[in-house]
Amino acid sequence: MHQTAAAGFGLPEAGKLTRMSKGGIIGGVLAPHPPHIVYGENPWRNEPKSECGWEVLRWGYERARKHFLAKKPDVFLVHSPHWQTVIGHHFLGVPEFHGLSVDPIFPNLFRYTYDIKVDVELAELIAEEGRSMGLITKMMRNPNFRVDYGTIVSCHMMNPEWDVPIVGISSNNSPYYFSNEMGQAQMIQLGEATRRAIEKSGRRAVLLASNTLSHRHFTTEPEIPEDMSREHVYEHSGYLWDMQVLDLMRRGRTRELAAILPEFMDHAVSEVKAGSLAWMLSALGFPEYPAEVYGYWTVIGTGNAVVGWDPELKADATTQGAVA
Amino acid sequence: MIQKAYIVPGQPHPLLAPEKNAGWASLRRSYEAVGKEIERSGAELILLYSTQWFSVIGHLFQIDPKPKWTLVDQNWYALGEIPYEFRIEPEFGKLYARLCKEHGMQAATVAYHGFPIDTGTVVALKLLNPNNAIPASVVSCNIYAEREETRALGFAARAAIEAYGKKTIVVCVTNLSNRYEVADIDPAHDRISSQKDDEWNRKILEMFGEGRLEDVAQVARDFAREANADMNFKAIWWLGAVMGEHNKYDGKVWDYQPVWGTGNAIVELTPNDRKQMDWEKEFDEGPVPEFAAGGTGLESHNVLAEGPDVHRQSELSSQDDYGGAAPASSQTAAAAQPPQIIRSERAPKPVGPYPHARRVGDFLFLSGIGPRTPGTNEIPGLLRDGAGSVIGHDIDVQTRACIENVKTILEEAGSSLAKVLDVTVYLTDMQGDFARFNEVYAEYFGTIQPTRTTVGVDSLPTPIAVELKVIAAA
Repeated sequence: MHQTAAAGFGLPEAGKLTRMSKGGIIGGVLAPHPPHIVYGENPWRNEPKSECGWEVLRWGYERARKHFLAKKPDVFLVHSPHWQTVIGHHFLGVPEFHGLSVDPIFPNLFRYTYDIKVDVELAELIAEEGRSMGLITKMMRNPNFRVDYGTIVSCHMMNPEWDVPIVGISSNNSPYYFSNEMGQAQMIQLGEATRRAIEKSGRRAVLLASNTLSHRHFTTEPEIPEDMSREHVYEHSGYLWDMQVLDLMRRGRTRELAAILPEFMDHAVSEVKAGSLAWMLSALGFPEYPAEVYGYWTVIGTGNAVVGWDPELKADATTQGAVA
Repeated sequence: MIQKAYIVPGQPHPLLAPEKNAGWASLRRSYEAVGKEIERSGAELILLYSTQWFSVIGHLFQIDPKPKWTLVDQNWYALGEIPYEFRIEPEFGKLYARLCKEHGMQAATVAYHGFPIDTGTVVALKLLNPNNAIPASVVSCNIYAEREETRALGFAARAAIEAYGKKTIVVCVTNLSNRYEVADIDPAHDRISSQKDDEWNRKILEMFGEGRLEDVAQVARDFAREANADMNFKAIWWLGAVMGEHNKYDGKVWDYQPVWGTGNAIVELTPNDRKQMDWEKEFDEGPVPEFAAGGTGLESHNVLAEGPDVHRQSELSSQDDYGGAAPASSQTAAAAQPPQIIRSERAPKPVGPYPHARRVGDFLFLSGIGPRTPGTNEIPGLLRDGAGSVIGHDIDVQTRACIENVKTILEEAGSSLAKVLDVTVYLTDMQGDFARFNEVYAEYFGTIQPTRTTVGVDSLPTPIAVELKVIAAA
């Protein structure tokens, strides 16, 4: 049933993906962006300081970071729900950004000084590929543009040294105006454009999908934000959805996963509605090998997982029985 | 204290690119004309609510006295940058936040260098208050707040304005229909993205033109559903509560134009207590009976924490139980009542930021009430010499005036002198006044027999000789 549904969402058929010759996508990470995890870590770049907090996620990120940085990527590509655009898909188009990011929602937790290098050439290639596929793409050329905190948190958690350039991609709001399915179909196209451009570029690229999973969250905050005794999943149904999604990832059944994502968006108010996960899965060619779940925990009630896909592990992987 | 309210759009196009579209230019001219009116009005404060300042944890209040930055909009960066430096009134923001907390809401003030002030706020303040002639205060829009929470935020704003005592202009930054064109268009040919949205916008503007703010607030849910109104059009719930939830306004629609497919209007509402109402046009949504059926599906995301006032009765979930909201359909009529802070127009004005009384459960707690004359604030029973200097007082006159003021407040709160349970008396001349005070007191309370404590004090905030602190049954 899911495979039939998947075909309806514009998924490419299995086995028809172009093999990379040199360079290519060397990894993909579901890399959620709650500013709390940076706050919990206390990097020098972030002004507010904490006692601790959200360790399971932070330790998961550490393991993912170690794994993927060891593969010597040339670039991280990040698709962020917090750069929201109405007209098409936008790309950071300036070689360097320096500035201060203050989270408009959690300014008490996140006031981060950033220095970002951008792989503008690769961004332009993806934008061009996207346009050739009928998508609207734009390059953002203003150096005073403030990079969104979603991009910054995901990138910081994967590479706090910021010594690898990034490609920053906006999230197009079309699923909010039309339908989840239409939005996802666009993201799958954008993923294909991304893969083609990376292969043409010869870059060794790691993709970051800056999504949480279930996204119902508390509207009150403890006096001590890092008070972990107050942290739990917002609702059981959200947790069940998150586990179903992670189970499919661990089994390598990402086509089925893509097929149920629109339903997940509706039932768990999932942030995957913004499209980052669909984009990444599409760019990775809908992996049929198991993903590595580095960590899952909640942040103000939302479900957050750090999950990695490494194509090099594909040969050793089994698509069966990752979860009984 | 509230002079006027305005509803304005928050798109940057009229500010940054008026030359590209006649409608954008028209909005710019209307915006500037309104700005001049505000500057001439003698207003001392602009209170602004913007649908583009999202918050999730309750509401945020800007209190940085001089926020400064260069805004590059995440969508419309190609139109250019907006450098800004605003003049913010921190004390009002603190007061507003404090009142929200007292009403059981999550509230936090914001004064961080580089805090990203939203495009809607920036555009509105740049065009309405270009010279920073009037200090402003800005409050966020909680994306999950439903009608009750948003009204509570509005009631708190009204209370803050009254307590602050400055002439205030209230500004709502919101689009009407909010369906953008999602592809590039020739700006010269910008139009409302659908005829249905346009018709709904015009229907809403007709009501605004007649000054029917409360009626618009009551159809906001329908408007949001049919025309994808900006942030469920919750800004109008807030504005209605700030302005008193009625239709007695003179309305004026300054402008209505499309911006990239969305509906953008500039509306002015001037309170007019003498307005003749056409009651056939009135209707009442009531205590949100369709809350569950027509809601957003996110009603459980209430932004109210457990509080001491009416919202405790509303069955909304408490701060300690994040996920345990009651079904929205169980909203009670009590929840639709304003916060139980009693402010009487018929009693002398408080001399500080406090109300005349508060109701908590079955009890009324009155602030210290003196003898000043309602309306004029004059102190009765003062004895003066030929030069006008105060040389004494008539405790008989002041005691009667004091008790009459208490009676007025109690009756306005639905209680009476007969329900007084406890009285604390403050006298500045115990030795000279106690006996006569006691006689007058007995005339009023002799048969009621509340408990009483009498205290001698050096002085009271104004040159009065007696003040009463009363607890009564509601």
